[in-house]
Amino acid sequence: MKVQGRIIKLGDNIDTDIIIPARYLMTHDATTLAEHVFEDYYPEFKVKARKGAIIVGGENFGLGSSREHAVIALKNSNVKAIVAKSFARIFYRNSINLGLPALVLREKNKFDRIIDGDEAELDLTKGVLNSLATNEEFSCDKMPEFMMKIIESGGLINYFMARNK
Amino acid sequence: MSGLTAIQKVFSRKAGKARVEIGDIIEAKVDFLMLHEVTGPLAVEEFEKVSGKVWDPSRVVVIFDHDIPPSTIELASQMKRMRSFVRKYGIENFFEIGRGGIAHQVLFEEGFDIPGFLIIGADSHTCTAGATGAVGIGVGSTDAAIVLATGEIWLRVPETMLIEVEGEFRKGVFAKDLALETVGRIGANGATYKVVEYTGGAVRRLSLSERLTLANLSIEMGAKTGIVQTDSKSHGYAESFNRQTESMDVRSDPDSNFEKIEIDVSEVEPVVSVPHSVDNVKPVREVEGLEIDQAFLGSCTNGRLDDLTVAFKILRGRKIAPNVRLVVSPASVKVYSEALKMGIIEEILRAGGIVTSPTCGACLGMSRGVLARGEVAVSSSNRNFIGRMGDKDSKVFLASPATVVASALEGKISDPRRYLS
Repeated sequence: MKVQGRIIKLGDNIDTDIIIPARYLMTHDATTLAEHVFEDYYPEFKVKARKGAIIVGGENFGLGSSREHAVIALKNSNVKAIVAKSFARIFYRNSINLGLPALVLREKNKFDRIIDGDEAELDLTKGVLNSLATNEEFSCDKMPEFMMKIIESGGLINYFMARNK
Repeated sequence: MSGLTAIQKVFSRKAGKARVEIGDIIEAKVDFLMLHEVTGPLAVEEFEKVSGKVWDPSRVVVIFDHDIPPSTIELASQMKRMRSFVRKYGIENFFEIGRGGIAHQVLFEEGFDIPGFLIIGADSHTCTAGATGAVGIGVGSTDAAIVLATGEIWLRVPETMLIEVEGEFRKGVFAKDLALETVGRIGANGATYKVVEYTGGAVRRLSLSERLTLANLSIEMGAKTGIVQTDSKSHGYAESFNRQTESMDVRSDPDSNFEKIEIDVSEVEPVVSVPHSVDNVKPVREVEGLEIDQAFLGSCTNGRLDDLTVAFKILRGRKIAPNVRLVVSPASVKVYSEALKMGIIEEILRAGGIVTSPTCGACLGMSRGVLARGEVAVSSSNRNFIGRMGDKDSKVFLASPATVVASALEGKISDPRRYLS
C-alpha cells in the first residue's frame, strides 16, 4: 500500500491545540475543521496540502488534547500520511483509528535531508519514504500488522464492522 | 521470573490473565468509560454505526464540563445530543449542568477512581484518576466508540518510569510545583508510551487532592498515564464508597522492570512553565516582575478546595491589582458549595476577583476568561501551548495556585512566599 503527496515539514512538539484550536471544537464537521487547520500557526498549510501532502514532523507529534478533531482536520485537508521522529500516543491511536497512516521515521539522523515541498511516495508495507525529487529513501518503522489492517479498512470503525459481520 | 510492575498487575487482571509482559498487546475490560460534551458526540455517532446497544449502561459516565453553561448554540446542541444518548441507552451516570463539574474531579468525588480500576476517558487528562491508584487512560472518540459497543479496548502493556520523591516541601512549594518540576526534568516527551508511577515519602504525605495534581500532569510528559502507589489513603477512598473488595494494591514489585528517577523535593522551589511548552520550567524568581493581564485559578489540575483555601489565605484583607482580573473556576459544584460555606467565594469577590461556574472554560480558551492578542496570563491549569487560552499572540505561564494569586495581587508574576507565614 502506497500513498503520495508533497512533503510538508514541521518541527518538534506540534500540539493538537495548534492543529485545531479549541474554538472550533464545537463541531466535528470535517469540512469546517479542515478550513481552520493550523489557522494560527501555519495559515498557508491548507493551500500547500490541497493537492495531497505527507507531513514530516519531529519529536512528539500531536501532543496534548485527545481531540480527534485534529486528525479529522488534517485528513480532510488532504494529508495522506504522517511521518515523524516520534508521536504522542493519543494522537497516534486517533490517526490509525481514522485511517490516516502514521509512521515513525527510523533514520532520524536523515531528518534534515528530507526537503519541504518535494513530491514523495510513502510505501506503508515496506516502511519507506521516497523523495521523488531526489530519489533518496528514508526508512521508517513498519506499522504492526493489525494497525495496517485498520488502515487498509479505512479506520477502526470499518475494521470493526468487517470483523463482526 | 521477575516481579510485576503496577501496570502489569492491573493489566493482568483486566485481561483476565495470570501474567502479562511489558510490550504485550492486551484486550482489556473497562470498568468505566467517561464521555463529555466535546468528544462525546463524535464517539456516539461512531458507536451507532457499529452497534445498537451500549455494553453496560451502568459503566458509562457522561459529564458536561468544557463550557458550562454553554456559550454557543453549537455547544448547546452537542449537549442536547448527549442528553438524548443518555436517555436512549439508559446511561446511569449522568452529571447535568449544576450537578457535577470538571469530569476528572467528578470521577474522583463520586467514587469512580477505585484502585486498580481501568477508566477510559475521551479526554487526555483522564490520567488524573491515577491519584487513587486507578488507571485512567485518555483516548479519542473512535476508541471510545468501540468501548461503548464492547466494553473492551486494546492496550499495550507499557514500560514503567518510577518517580521516587523524598524530602520535605519547603514553604510556598506545592504539589503543582513538584509536578511542573518533574515535567521540566523528564521533558514533554520523556515518558511517551510509558506509565509514570509516583512513590516515596513525600508522595505518601500528599493528600488525595494533591495527588490529583501530580497524576494530572503525567500526560504532559507524554505518559500513557500516571499512578500514585496505593496506601492507606487510597484504600480509605475505596472504603468510603464501599468498594474495598473490588480495589487492589497498585504498586510495582521491587524486582520488577522499571527505570527510576529520584527527586528531592526539598530542593524544589516555586516554579513556572514559561510559554509555549509545559516542560519549559523556571524558578518563579527568574520571571518575577513580568506584568500580567489575567490570573486564572481553576481546571482539573488545581481547582479544588485546598487550592481555593490557599488562595483565600493569600487574598485575605488584600486587593487584586487594578490592571489585573482574577478568574476563579471551582472544579466542581461540590467544591464551589464548600468554598461558599467557608467564606472563600465572598473573599475572592471582595478582593476584586470573579468566580465562574465550575467548568474547564479558560484553561483551553473556550469560554469564561479567553485572552486577547498580546495578553499575558498566569494560570493554575496544565497547558501553555500557542493560543491555548485564546489569541495566538497571548502568553500563558503555568504555576501553583499560590503563585497565581500572589501574582494577581501584585499585577505581575510574583513569588508567593512573602504571603505565606
